[in-house]
Amino acid sequence: MRPLTLVEGGVTSLDRDDVDTDQIVPARFLQRVERTGYGKYLFHDWRGDGDVDLRPNPVLVAGANFGCGSSREHAAWAIEDFGFRVIIAPSFGDIFAGNALKVGLLPIRLERDACRAVVDAGTVRVDLPEQTVLASGRQWTFDIDPDSKHRLLNGLDDVAITLREHSDAITAFEARHDLLPLPDTTAL
Amino acid sequence: MPRTTPRTMLGKIWDAHEVAPGLLYIDLHLIHELSSPQAFDALREAGRAIRRPDRTLATADHSVPTDGTAAGSLIGRPLARRQVVTLEQNCEEFGVPLYSLGHERRGIVHVIGPELGVTQPGMTIVCGDSHTATHGAFGALGFGIGTSQAEHVFATQCLPMLKPKSMRVVYSGELGHGVSPKDLILATIGQVGTAGFTGHAVEFAGPVIEGMGMAGRMTICNMTVEGGGRSGMVAPDETTFAWLRGRPGAPADFDAAVEVWRELRTDEGATFDREVHVDASRVSPMVTWGTSPGMVIGIADRVPDPDASDSESGRAAGRRALEYMGLRPGNSLTELPLDHVFIGSCTNARIEDLREAAAIVAGRRVAAGVRATVVPGSQQVKADAENEGLDRIFLDAGFEWHHSGCSMCGALMEEVQLAPRQRCASTSNRNFEGRQGHQARTHLVSPAMAAAAAIAGHLVDIRDWSQGHATADPR
Ligand code: SF4
Repeated sequence: MRPLTLVEGGVTSLDRDDVDTDQIVPARFLQRVERTGYGKYLFHDWRGDGDVDLRPNPVLVAGANFGCGSSREHAAWAIEDFGFRVIIAPSFGDIFAGNALKVGLLPIRLERDACRAVVDAGTVRVDLPEQTVLASGRQWTFDIDPDSKHRLLNGLDDVAITLREHSDAITAFEARHDLLPLPDTTAL
Repeated sequence: MPRTTPRTMLGKIWDAHEVAPGLLYIDLHLIHELSSPQAFDALREAGRAIRRPDRTLATADHSVPTDGTAAGSLIGRPLARRQVVTLEQNCEEFGVPLYSLGHERRGIVHVIGPELGVTQPGMTIVCGDSHTATHGAFGALGFGIGTSQAEHVFATQCLPMLKPKSMRVVYSGELGHGVSPKDLILATIGQVGTAGFTGHAVEFAGPVIEGMGMAGRMTICNMTVEGGGRSGMVAPDETTFAWLRGRPGAPADFDAAVEVWRELRTDEGATFDREVHVDASRVSPMVTWGTSPGMVIGIADRVPDPDASDSESGRAAGRRALEYMGLRPGNSLTELPLDHVFIGSCTNARIEDLREAAAIVAGRRVAAGVRATVVPGSQQVKADAENEGLDRIFLDAGFEWHHSGCSMCGALMEEVQLAPRQRCASTSNRNFEGRQGHQARTHLVSPAMAAAAAIAGHLVDIRDWSQGHATADPR
C-alpha cells in the first residue's frame, strides 16, 4: 500500500447521491481472478452510456452516501486502481469507507457546500498530517481516526500492522498451540 | 486452573485463540476457486508467503461442472476453467493442499472439512464463504470472511476480530413425524427473522439437538447465516466423537483428544447475551413461500397476506415477494406444479440426506414434466451412495445423478440456472430473487419433501405421504 501524506491536483466530480457498489463495479466483472486492473471497470456502465466523464485526477468528489450497498471490496480496488487517492463526499457507506482505508484511499467527509466549492476550484490540496483540505484559498478541516491516519501516512496495510506489532506474539502462541493435536492438511 | 466464572463454549474457544486482545488465531483456513484468487494475488503483490499451508486446505466446488470433468483444464466454460486452473496454480505455487477436479476427496468445502475430519471441536475455522457456519456443528467456531481477511489469514494465520455476542437457541419438545432438522431451522428463522441472529454466535441446544445426528446438526448450523448470524454451534458429545473417529484428519491419540473436547461445552450457569426458546414439537414440515428464508410456512398453512404485516416495509416486501413467486395470499403451496427439484448443496447433500430422499423415491417415478437432479455434497458422498445402491434408486426413478459441486445452489453457470418463472423445490439454503436463475422461483424444503415433490409433481405434506408409503429415516 502506498503511503499518503499530501495530495495535490485536479478534481473529478461525480454529482450523484447514493452511488452503490454495484454501480461502481458492475457485478458481472466480479468473476475475474485478479486483484488488480479493476480501474477499467470503474463506473463501467455509466461511462459506456456516456453519462459520466471520468477524468483521471487524484481527487474524486462524490455525492452523499457514496459506496452504499454490498460489502464487496472490488469497489475500493477499482477506485484506487483508476488512480484516485482521495474521495471527498458529504457521507459514505460504512463498509465502503472501511474498505477504502484498507487499500490506501482517503475518504473525507465535507459538507455539501464545501464539496461544491472544491469542484468549482478545479484543483485541491489535501494535507493528511494537518487534516485539511485547501481549495481556492479556502480551507476545511476533516476528521479521521488516529489509527487509520497512522496507517495511511506510513502505507501500512492490516497485514503489515499485524506482522509488525504481533509477530513475536504469534510465534509464541504457535509454540504452545501447535502442541495440540490439530489436523495437518499437508499430511492427510 | 480453577475458574470462578462459568464460560460459554464460544468464550472458551475465543479465550484459547486470542493471541493479543482482538487478534484471533485461526486453526483452519478453507479455500475454493471463487473467493480466493484475489487474496493469492495480493500475497504475490506484497511478496508474502502463506504462513501455515498445513492449516490451509483447498477444493474446487462453486464453478465446477458436475458431469465428471476430470481436470480444471478440461472445463468447457472459459470463466469457470480460468477460476479452477488459477486455483490449481495458486495452490501449487504456495504449497496449499488441494482437491481439485478428478480427486476423490473433492466436494463442497463445507462437506469435505467434516468428512476428512479436519473440522474438529474447539477449532477456529474460516473460509471465504458465509456458510462456514456449518463447521460449528462439531463445537468449532466457524465463520465466513472477505477477501482482505483471507489475505490476512494467509499471511499471519490470525484475524483482527471483535468477539461476537453469544446467543442460545433452546429447543424444547420432540420433532414430530416427518419433521427434519431442515424444518426446524427454517421454522426457527421464521420465528426470529432473517436478522434475528445478527451480531451473535448462536449455540443450538436442547434434547432435540442432543438426539440429532451430525448431518442434522450441520444442516442447522449451516443456515445460521440465513438468520443473520456468522457462526452456529452445537456442543460436542458422544455423537460428535463417534462420527469423527477414524477419519483421515482425526488425532492420532483420539481418546486423549476426546478428553479435551469434553471440556468445551458451555459451563453450567454461564450466561448468554440472548436466549431464545423454540418449541420443536410445534414445528411442521416447512416450505418457503417468498424470497427470503424467513418467508416460510408449514406445508399445511396458506400463503400469508402481506397486508397483515405490521410495517409498511414488511407489507411492500411481502407484496413484491408474492409477485415474484407468482403467488396470491391464501394459496396452498401443494397446488403448484413444479418444473424442477434439486437435491444438493452444503445444507442437505450428505449421505444421510440422500438416504432420506431415496427412501421416498424407491420404486416410484418422477412426475412427467419435472426435471429432478441429485448432486452429492462430495465425491465421497457420491461413492458411498453408489455403494449403497442409492444412485440406482434415483436413476431408475428418473432423477439425474451428478458428480459433486455447488451446482444449482450457487447457480453460477448457465447450465444450472432455471429459466424465468420456473418453479423449483430445492434442498439448498437461499431463495433470494435470481439465486437459481433470472426470475427463478425457489421453494426451500427438506430432502424428504423435495423427493416426494419430485414424484408428485407438486409439493406434498410428507406427513400424509409417509402413511402407507415409505417412512422417512428419523436419523
Ligand atoms: S452449496 Fe451453495 S451455499 Fe453451499 S458453499 Fe456452495 S454455493 Fe455456497
